[in-house]
Amino acid sequence: MHRLTRLLVAPALLLGGLSPAWAQDANLARSLAATCANCHGTNGQARGDMTPLAGVPANKIIAMLADFKSGALPSTIMGQIAKGYTDEQVRLLAGFFAAQPAKR
Amino acid sequence: MKQGFELGRRHLLGAGAALAATTLAGCAGMTSGGPSIGRVVIVGGGYGGATAARYLKLWGGNVDVTLIERQSEFVSCPISNLVLGGYKTMADITRGYGGLKAAGVKMVQGEAVAVDPGARTVRLADGRTLAYDRLVLSPGVDFMLDQVGGLQAALDAGRVFHAWKAGPQTAALRGAIEGMRDGGVFAMFIPKAPYRCPPGPYERACVVATYLKAAKPRSKLLIYDANPEITSKKGLFQKAFSELHAGILEYRPNAELKEIAGNVARTEFDDVKADVINAIPPQRGGDLARSAGLLNMNARWAGVNWLTMESTAVPGIHVLGDTTFSAPQMPKSGHMANQQAKVAAAAIIQLLQGAAVNPAPVVMNTCYSFVSDREAMHVASVHQYNAAEKTFKTVPGSGGVSAARSLSEARHALSWANNIWTDSLALA
Repeated sequence: MHRLTRLLVAPALLLGGLSPAWAQDANLARSLAATCANCHGTNGQARGDMTPLAGVPANKIIAMLADFKSGALPSTIMGQIAKGYTDEQVRLLAGFFAAQPAKR
Repeated sequence: MKQGFELGRRHLLGAGAALAATTLAGCAGMTSGGPSIGRVVIVGGGYGGATAARYLKLWGGNVDVTLIERQSEFVSCPISNLVLGGYKTMADITRGYGGLKAAGVKMVQGEAVAVDPGARTVRLADGRTLAYDRLVLSPGVDFMLDQVGGLQAALDAGRVFHAWKAGPQTAALRGAIEGMRDGGVFAMFIPKAPYRCPPGPYERACVVATYLKAAKPRSKLLIYDANPEITSKKGLFQKAFSELHAGILEYRPNAELKEIAGNVARTEFDDVKADVINAIPPQRGGDLARSAGLLNMNARWAGVNWLTMESTAVPGIHVLGDTTFSAPQMPKSGHMANQQAKVAAAAIIQLLQGAAVNPAPVVMNTCYSFVSDREAMHVASVHQYNAAEKTFKTVPGSGGVSAARSLSEARHALSWANNIWTDSLALA
């Protein structure tokens, strides 16, 4: 899944200008992921004790957010936030983070 | 950066001057191996403006970005209440603009005083003029001081503090709190909503009360709130007031500040004598937004197209942060200004290239409040664009507040600050 998402998302980012549909998806994924950056760092490269998302496999991020949403994974805040995003939005932002290099 | 400075008046005297300015900016903008796709001038280096600059460079590459800011450094309002309690220093809430410079943003220290939307130029107090293709205004709030008699004079004389813009006011109010006698009275006045940072006043009261209890235990902290009740995280603050701060802190709703006379602050029903007066003034969109004709909502806030953050009053000008007329349940917060800036940055890059903008933006807010030196709690919300209503709406069932205040959320709050400062300012 992780590798598959990379294959799908990374070329879309690189070749954004070539296909409007790809470009829109890539820009949308980038913008959705940026809503997480205030806590989880720019492009998911978190600082301090926040959970980094850069380079985390997409299926892991998707599963984590689903568990926050359902309450299977207890949280102070993430359950409340996860409920604000659609499954499609989660899929897009997870793909974006998976394709980012982990913090240097 | 020097190119930006040299875009002075002499280049902008007539119709032909715009071409000259374009050529110069085009050269200056060749940062990523190609010609600039456009010049964006941003006014205000707070959470909104800094983030817009950062993300225009991160996502746009060849956008020529200039950020005009009065101050030489960024001082954060969030976390500044901990400075008032003596639990953090000014240095802890201050960061430089070096990260943005390294990212290719041209920093101009100065005060923007006028916008000419026809000529698409911004004029600075020192006479410099900058030309733009797209302008971003993120001027924060300014105060409606004429609504409280004597307040302007009292603030000018240093007898009363607002500390609602982080910086010298924060340090001055901390000094006054430290200097207060044991057994003194600290009186805080909260204006009617909407104002910047809805839970901020209650957090401040809790943090200062924590300090007073430890250092000057015979003192009182009186909150006079113009609102009928606590405007944010009500239940959690009520618990903190009664469980942590009873005996020091007293809360009075429906008590709007009318006048300051000497060391007396008057509400409709009370004459409050206090050793330290912290009057948070009523607020509106920033002065520059007002003079540019952007405050088209009750003559107080700027209406925006939420897909682009472009003003509904003046084309070509995008407005961010506290100055905007908020969407339903959208707080005026640094976090939200950062989120709005990302919507604007993505849209501006598209608009400069004549491309379609994202039709479904999302923004979210996280706001931590300390209720003592060691415990905090949060409120969070997620806002999806609603095409039918052309505004952001919170997602039913999402968002909410902490179950209870906790030590762990105090750690989260400081981590949040570390990450959002890094995100907004491109810190190394």
